[in-house]
Amino acid sequence: MSKSLFEKVWDAHAVRQLANGQTQLLIGTHLIHEVTSPQAFGMLRDKGLQVQYPHRTFATVDHIVPTNEAVEPYSDPLAQGMIEELRNNCAENNVTFFDTNTGKQGVVHIVGPEQGITQPGTTIACGDSHTATHGAFGAIAFGIGTSQVRDVLATQTIALNELKVRRINVNGDLAPGVYAKDVILHIIRQLGTQGGTGFAYEYAGTTFDNFTMEERMTVCNMSIEGGARVGYVNPDEVTFEYLKGRPYSPKGDAWDAAVEEWKSFASDEGCSFDDVVNINASEIQPTVTWGITPAQGVGINENIPAIAEGATESDRASIAEALEYMKFEGGSPMKGKKIDVAFIGSCTNGRLSDFQEVARYVKGHKVADGVQAIIVPGSQVVAKIAEELGLNKIFIEAGFEWRAAGCSMCLAMNPDKLIGDQLCASSSNRNFKGRQGSPTGRTMLMSPLMVAAAAITGEVSDARDVFTVAS
Amino acid sequence: MASNPIKQVTGKGVFVSGDDIDTDRIIPARFMKCITFDGLGEYLFHDVRKTESGEDKQHNLNDPRFGKASIIVSGNNFGCGSSREHAPQSILRAGYNAVVAGSFAEIFFGNSTNLGVVCVTAIDADRQILAAAIERNPDLEITIDVEDHKVWFDDEFIKCDIKAGARDSLMSGTYDPLDELLQGAAQVTAVTDALPYMQA
Repeated sequence: MSKSLFEKVWDAHAVRQLANGQTQLLIGTHLIHEVTSPQAFGMLRDKGLQVQYPHRTFATVDHIVPTNEAVEPYSDPLAQGMIEELRNNCAENNVTFFDTNTGKQGVVHIVGPEQGITQPGTTIACGDSHTATHGAFGAIAFGIGTSQVRDVLATQTIALNELKVRRINVNGDLAPGVYAKDVILHIIRQLGTQGGTGFAYEYAGTTFDNFTMEERMTVCNMSIEGGARVGYVNPDEVTFEYLKGRPYSPKGDAWDAAVEEWKSFASDEGCSFDDVVNINASEIQPTVTWGITPAQGVGINENIPAIAEGATESDRASIAEALEYMKFEGGSPMKGKKIDVAFIGSCTNGRLSDFQEVARYVKGHKVADGVQAIIVPGSQVVAKIAEELGLNKIFIEAGFEWRAAGCSMCLAMNPDKLIGDQLCASSSNRNFKGRQGSPTGRTMLMSPLMVAAAAITGEVSDARDVFTVAS
Repeated sequence: MASNPIKQVTGKGVFVSGDDIDTDRIIPARFMKCITFDGLGEYLFHDVRKTESGEDKQHNLNDPRFGKASIIVSGNNFGCGSSREHAPQSILRAGYNAVVAGSFAEIFFGNSTNLGVVCVTAIDADRQILAAAIERNPDLEITIDVEDHKVWFDDEFIKCDIKAGARDSLMSGTYDPLDELLQGAAQVTAVTDALPYMQA
């Protein structure tokens, strides 16, 4: 019987059925960070349990690291305490830790792939909802809670319900100036914030076939914003090419065997899905969120909806709540909203190609007066390559700040925060109320190039008007 | 070590309006700079409850009439966003042990169930009836009957739903799966042996 990748990977990792009907599922690769793991190690200690498969857990520090303060102790003692706790937990339990002095530290969802830890046909879990990022490689990757981090440490398994699979086909070429970020914002706008609940999203079609691994990661990363805990792309030559020669990738004969095995996990031709959605790539516009959920987005040339445009009473209430919080007028153009801050980075858009694309266009431009624009590489590896290519100089020359690796202003657990009701053009993944560190701070999600365009004009702009955007 | 079975939850309610109440709203990230969950109750819905200068906003969660509530009634897609278990931990530590919502985000639902925080869904019209009853009488005693799929108040009830697996584990006191997972160790080894990438 033909099967989807999800079913094949699930079956290869299913240990047994539990009394309540859930599956005990093997988690082959476990990624941890400083925010959601310390309590799990504490629970393990309380119960007198050991880490069962320490060679299958990998740690890094990302959420709390300052991006403009390289020397410890950090000025925030709570942040210092968290990094030390992780350091101790890893040392005591023989867990590999990509610490700040290794040259490999960074956002956990950027580190895993670039080290070659993220591989096709595997199960991956991390105490972070953006773990679906790793699905770009044809892995089944779950965001989990801290008690489940404990479960993985103690047993290398978690209890889960099997998901349904929705195939999302995107076919055709994206117009110049339209990016992977716009694809996922468009999908979420169409299917809603809870459309994916209970589903794994299989992203496919020629648009995905032509995407680089970094573009595939950007889309898979935001699956959870559409309610889907898991999102993935079937592995292909693009995947194998990316993984070849990475530190944790198989070598020599083992490489050839691994590639053959990885290919076997791809969804079978003609396998059935619980749902199928088809999207034409040419319909996707540079998309910007105007509200307080990632589904509240519009094409750059559209207007923000008016309250009356909501189809139901609860839609109208949501629009009203969002407009009030964002201090936007219903029916007004998305373009032209004056920004205070521009942020390029995060596990969604903090990879080398994001910075290369921005650098290609901002050369010769200047950040508008009164706008703070910061660029935060997703990892030390990304930072090093970007600096070798001279991208940092282009950014600094254009008036952007070039920072050290971390999650930074995506969720503002470090010193990078909005102040008061500042309006931020952001390449991150969430525009929730207060997400960027100020309880009244306002976030608009968009692609890195759209953030750069807003930084330069000082207002939400169509990057295609600001730069001469070529494909 | 099984936990106490949870077949019913009884308490007073508080209505927290809105759909898509995300986990950043339930517990803002800046309060997660901690290595235990101990103090999180204090920060539950912090920015919903407090102004930037730290004063109480006018909100049901600050209203003394609902001060004894242990059941939250809210909208659709409750708990969306981050996988932070800090969210249900802060709910529990602030004295709440159940949520009645239109729907739940998946990770939040799982995290809550693992802690024995009962999450049941009810349709919009029924939740409005329940919210109105709470507003009329904040001391109203509400009983969520997990077994029978009903939320009782006075002599009335609304229907509620809960995933079968979660219902079973709450009722049998096995909602924390760790013990059962540990018992599968031998079978875990059999699965890891068949996977090349699991070899040291």
